[in-house]
Amino acid sequence: MLEDLFKVVKSRLDYDSRTASGEEGSDSRPRIPKNLLFKCPRCQNVMFMDDFNANLKVCSACSYHSRISCQERLELTVDKDSFVEYDKGLTTLNPLDFEGYEEKVAEAQEKTGLTEAVITGECTIRTRKCVIVIMDSRFMMASMGSVVGEKITRAFERATEKRLPVVLFAASGGARMQEGIISLMQMAKTSAAVARHSDAGLLYITVLTDPTTGGVTASFASLGDIIIAEPKVLIGFAGRRVIEGTIRQRLPDDFQSAEFLLEHGFVDMIVQRVNLRKTISKLLKAHLPDQKLEA
Amino acid sequence: MGNLTAWERMELIRHKGRPTVRDYIPMIFDEFYEMHGDRCYGDDAAIVGGIARVHGISITVLGQVKGHDLEENKKTNFSCPHPEGYRKALRLAKQAEKFGRPIVCFVDTPGAFCGVAAEERGQGEAIARNLMEFSRLKVPVICIVLGEGGSGGALALGVCDELAMLENALYSVISPRGFASLLWKDASREKEAADRMRMTAEDLQAFGVCDAIIPEPAGGAHVNPQVMAGNIADYILMALQKLTQKSVANLLEARYNKFRKIGVFQESAAVQNGDSQKPEDFEL
Repeated sequence: MLEDLFKVVKSRLDYDSRTASGEEGSDSRPRIPKNLLFKCPRCQNVMFMDDFNANLKVCSACSYHSRISCQERLELTVDKDSFVEYDKGLTTLNPLDFEGYEEKVAEAQEKTGLTEAVITGECTIRTRKCVIVIMDSRFMMASMGSVVGEKITRAFERATEKRLPVVLFAASGGARMQEGIISLMQMAKTSAAVARHSDAGLLYITVLTDPTTGGVTASFASLGDIIIAEPKVLIGFAGRRVIEGTIRQRLPDDFQSAEFLLEHGFVDMIVQRVNLRKTISKLLKAHLPDQKLEA
Repeated sequence: MGNLTAWERMELIRHKGRPTVRDYIPMIFDEFYEMHGDRCYGDDAAIVGGIARVHGISITVLGQVKGHDLEENKKTNFSCPHPEGYRKALRLAKQAEKFGRPIVCFVDTPGAFCGVAAEERGQGEAIARNLMEFSRLKVPVICIVLGEGGSGGALALGVCDELAMLENALYSVISPRGFASLLWKDASREKEAADRMRMTAEDLQAFGVCDAIIPEPAGGAHVNPQVMAGNIADYILMALQKLTQKSVANLLEARYNKFRKIGVFQESAAVQNGDSQKPEDFEL
């Protein structure tokens, strides 16, 4: 009898080693196919992927607005077929001759189908014309190197020239380390272009999405006339771990959240993804020139 | 001195005896009146600002303050400013603009402070605001990197018409330690990172970021602070003579272009659309 018990254990051990080594076994355990479920990184809530997608990639429990691609953002925001892209042909070089950088960029291009971490162009949002800038965190965490800086600068320069408002969806891990000082200088370059656009009396709306940090927070992302944030997204200057390392204590969960920034006076409003297109178009309308007082 | 590695320079500029902005101010300027506070929150000792007189003219001086010992460094937070420091700098810069005074910024910081209070008071916004406002100040702005120029915290006083670096000064997007830990997941490789990051004055001159290198006395600035101060004073005078001759429009256009041209990328015509431009290879 005791022997039988060992047999059972042994057969289970065999089973485990078989499956662990990848052999085809009589696997009767349920397997969850990849991409069937979404687990919220904020509240650990689990949702079916179909429900999550139908909910515009927003967690149903905590309302965390998860990261979306710039193609998805474009679809959610602009009028169908209205987008005309600027400067698609800009690609990065390797100013520091940093080992592995070109490969990393190529990998990100392959993964995302984009040439760089930002797309820029002209579009209409509920018929209102604007220049739109969308950063994509899937591309090397949307870090800002020469190309990101140049595309954003050109977008502001064109908007200034054509007298168009700019709507910018920010997301970034910060400056692109692999480009060294050149990437730092993109902060000054983009901010100067924002200044010229602003001096021309034109509207700049920033939408802060998950995550907006580092050199992007410390430049154009914080310079909007109107700053909108999506609920529960991470927004900050220094990384959480860096601060925890400096002060040697754990930070509260809502630190550097959109709500935290609203409370401290650094964003104007928090808007649900489902309402963004409408809100932006109304704000664009509110800034149309030649408004006349109705009698 | 030209053969020192970036890491050796890092050790040199972290030398306790290296002169700080507070040492240089009385050596360079005839008079100095310090001003305090951002008028919103408080006064940040990590940034000094005030009105100075040199060669018969008034200028506004701004700078990040390092300390020589632990006591001084505690007071100045190891030269890591909080948002109120950057806002004080901006207030004084606007004051300079009102009275037509040129501005001289001394950069010497490992970076903007990373802490809870700094985030609560909008560190990112404070730096961003300075970048935007300094880009359109209608008076000449000169920036001199004395030692460490660390990241956005340095750049917040670094948007200028002329950027000079002391011979051994370094200026980079992140500390070598941060670079090694981010890209190689190994902070202990900071020496190697320093040498890979191309952060010396010569490197930055080659990138078109730094306009002039101010020579240090043999052995470094701490060996003979008087000589060093003299060299800095000579540079300031030269830069002021050049910049004060320009019209405001020319000054602002040149400042915009100084940063506008920085970037390393290529442009292919094949995938151009929208407003197409002539295909060109851009390099700096």
